[in-house]
Amino acid sequence: MRRFVSGVLSSYQKRSLSHRSLRFFSSTTSLSNSDSPSSSSSAAMPTPVTLETINPKVLECEYAVRGEIVTLAQRLQQELQEKPGSLPFDEILYCNIGNPQSLGQQPITFFREVIALCDHPPILDKSETQGLFSADAIERAWQILDQIPGRATGAYSHSQGIKGLRDTIAAGIEARDGFPSNPNDIFLTDGASPAVHMMMQLLIRTEKDGILCPIPQYPLYSASIVLHGGTLVPYYLDEATGWGLEISELQKQLEDAKSKGITVRALVVINPGNPTGQVLSEDNQRDIVEFCKKEGLVLLADEVYQENVYVPDKKFHSFKKISRSMGYGEEDISVVSFQSVSKGYYGECGKRGGYMEVTGFGADVREQIYKVASVNLCSNITGQILASLVMSPPKVGDESYESYFMEKDGILSSLARRAKTLEDALNSLEGVTCNKAEGAMYLFPRIHLPEKAIKAAEAAKTAPDAFYARRLLNATGIVVVPGSGFGQVPGTWHFRCTILPQEDKIPAVVSRLTEFHKGFMEEFRD
Amino acid sequence: MSHKGLDYETLNENVKKVQYAVRGELYLRASELQKEGKKIIFTNVGNPHALGQKPLTFPRQVVALCQAPFLLDDPNVGLVFPADAIARAKHYLSLTSGGLGAYSDSRGLPGIRKEVAEFIGRRDGYPSDPELIFLTDGASKGVMQILNTIIRGERDGILVPVPQYPLYSAAISLFGGSLVPYYLEETANWGLDVNNLHSSVAAARSKGITVRAMVIINPGNPTGQCLSEANLKEILHFCYQENLVLLGDEVYQQNIYQDERPFISARKVLMDMGPPISKELQLVSFHTVSKGYWGECGQRGGYFEMTNIPPQTVDEIYKVASISLSPNVPGQIFLGVMVNPPTPGDISYLQFMRESKGILESLKRRAQIMTDGFNSCRNVVCNFTEGAMYSFPQIRLPPKAIEAAKKAGKVADVFYCLKLLEATGISTVPGSGFGQKEGVFHLRTTILPAEEDMPAIMESFKKFNDEFMEQYEDHRGYSRM
Repeated sequence: MRRFVSGVLSSYQKRSLSHRSLRFFSSTTSLSNSDSPSSSSSAAMPTPVTLETINPKVLECEYAVRGEIVTLAQRLQQELQEKPGSLPFDEILYCNIGNPQSLGQQPITFFREVIALCDHPPILDKSETQGLFSADAIERAWQILDQIPGRATGAYSHSQGIKGLRDTIAAGIEARDGFPSNPNDIFLTDGASPAVHMMMQLLIRTEKDGILCPIPQYPLYSASIVLHGGTLVPYYLDEATGWGLEISELQKQLEDAKSKGITVRALVVINPGNPTGQVLSEDNQRDIVEFCKKEGLVLLADEVYQENVYVPDKKFHSFKKISRSMGYGEEDISVVSFQSVSKGYYGECGKRGGYMEVTGFGADVREQIYKVASVNLCSNITGQILASLVMSPPKVGDESYESYFMEKDGILSSLARRAKTLEDALNSLEGVTCNKAEGAMYLFPRIHLPEKAIKAAEAAKTAPDAFYARRLLNATGIVVVPGSGFGQVPGTWHFRCTILPQEDKIPAVVSRLTEFHKGFMEEFRD
Repeated sequence: MSHKGLDYETLNENVKKVQYAVRGELYLRASELQKEGKKIIFTNVGNPHALGQKPLTFPRQVVALCQAPFLLDDPNVGLVFPADAIARAKHYLSLTSGGLGAYSDSRGLPGIRKEVAEFIGRRDGYPSDPELIFLTDGASKGVMQILNTIIRGERDGILVPVPQYPLYSAAISLFGGSLVPYYLEETANWGLDVNNLHSSVAAARSKGITVRAMVIINPGNPTGQCLSEANLKEILHFCYQENLVLLGDEVYQQNIYQDERPFISARKVLMDMGPPISKELQLVSFHTVSKGYWGECGQRGGYFEMTNIPPQTVDEIYKVASISLSPNVPGQIFLGVMVNPPTPGDISYLQFMRESKGILESLKRRAQIMTDGFNSCRNVVCNFTEGAMYSFPQIRLPPKAIEAAKKAGKVADVFYCLKLLEATGISTVPGSGFGQKEGVFHLRTTILPAEEDMPAIMESFKKFNDEFMEQYEDHRGYSRM
């Protein structure tokens, strides 16, 4: 059953649909074999693990961010290493993934100091340590260690995460929003992604359960919905109005899904948006909250880019805050908020830290959430500590505040500059329109491809945006993700590019991209 | 219309079916009592550091330096960290692309996977391919990934030992598959009889279940038995005949407390058997930094190694791994140091050896103290803990106790363990959480409490047990297998 929009369907074409159907049929054949009495009495024919016999949902799910284009890039990178000078560029520039520190962004010193001390507490007893670490980092490390039974950072913690750290996070949420947060509502996870998976697991019973997702979306959602056997119900963001979210569109898609017998369970909103970068206005957020309340939907608020806002006329407001400010409490609406240590100005992707704050569910449901969390015992402790640091960083007056603030401001203002520079560069390209990145870490330009290019792509059995992205990679070493990996209005083509290469690399990125694009448009001019 | 988009009635049924006793009823009750001020000894989970075991020094030094690379530039760093830890930190940082804060390859850093492959090669005497080794956030995530790949629906069965570590039953429930139990023989030291395997598979097939895989936990959890080479050969033959993929949970391979059956990996035995089986039998082996003498549970570091899995299937598993982007990098570094510990001549070698040996030898002594302590109770029979971290004594309960449990709405061993908890503060996991034969009761405890506390703990248990038996015994005999 086709569960996704045509943008992603086109990415399937690369895998040759007919080959896939064959696989699908052979796996159903082996299932029906086990139904028949004759095979159940024979000793043979359980099947080993092959493509024909693995979980079809695994086969069906896709994740373009680390998909085909990246495999190609890695091959080219190897070629560069083995034969330097053999390609028209010196290095591969991975602009496919929001992985800031892999492109030279420095971690926040204070955070790393605290983590290092928690990793090896015995050095806190050495006098020489005072010379190596700032005093407030030492103090914070002591504070955190005192919240961990036996100061054992190597022990499994409570399955929701260390209580003291959850207290800190709850206090941070309250300080941010002005509304109280309950530490028992917080589940610390190995990054935000596992938390998203957990919610999909709870919500999806069969393929008749639908989850409303923005198009374009970060493909964790589409992949997770497929893996859990549900149905993605798309709602289109409006490119013409800066990727605006219209309630009428939500309503329309909801009705459409219902008429097909789908029970829509939840609404995913990514704010600031990925790949689109828009920051929702407060009015828009209120309308969304009303919609969820009216329709009885769980609001899944992906807020991992909450610290990445680059425009003065927009501000991040959490959906929980908006709900509470409208007078809606636990009895009125279910909101799950996701946060991560991977983005913001801290960019600690490799630590796998994050949490979900779960509000508006009954005790019996929360018990089940706890139970699922407990099977994995707990998330990694370093990630938990980092999450608490992110939600409670140095304050004015702390010894490390000045340097912390300089690092943070440096990174955020640089991101804002890079967002603008790249946006302008893309908009200057022939046939390319690019909405502003109000937030997050990406640009999602639309490329109006000439007919000749589209035909060439078809001949190469590739989606036009993938065709463009591959050509771009082969010519310049720049890795972007084709828009079909995120979903787009059929017949439109995009690609997602991060704003993360260091500032000194940006001019080269711009010039290489511009040169390539000119050449491409010339080659395929109608 | 209810505003609740998610209430209990509309939850995924598979989630409701999941049970995970290790952090279930007993643990929750123990946590409640702890909040009320009662002293609790948590022996419910294999969590060594929570019971006072100290982390090994060297890996902590290495990871701390990797977390704060600016330390490496400080001239005084040598006053706080030894030179070999500094060198090792530099080595691991060079394997990353951007330090610990960057997502690595979704399969884990290639350099560390290479070190894991080399470790496996040294251990088994056969080369291992780093491309077939995937690092994960703890072995549990790896187990879930593999089971999710195998299970298509409820007609897919997975052979699981009884008793088993309930990650397996939980994962199978979550993914909508069927658990096909095979019973271990308590009277034969929890041995594995291939006849049991055959009958389990036949029973499953007669119900229309396609048996896809077999799980072995070696050394066993909760049972602790170490499989002999002969036993492993039988198992491999069996899986080959029945076309099953073998899932080898080998997370306790460092925890061996007897000499008769040292650890041998399933892969080594498979390779020793030569072609065709060595080239065809599908095997996935799991390992972790959480157990052994490391006990670094909180780091969430682990890996699985695939043998004879078709390349396209490996690609699909890679694809699913990529959705979660990457395993945590500090955990990967712990894994690197585990497979590549200090060697003779290294500055930190003697300390590392002293710490490791100290922990292992103490675990062995504690295994013995616990086994003997349980066996000194007249209604308790306890197999020796040959390996792993647990003791799984059989508690023979009198009929009156079983009745009282029924009246209280509890399974008999849950009833017993709750009473044990309330009387002594010892928090165990009832045997029903792991599976056992009908009418036979056990509890699982860890051998992890500090050695100096052990005698008092065992005395406390004996006192409770004897009083319990006084209360419920009617001198007409009690439950036995």
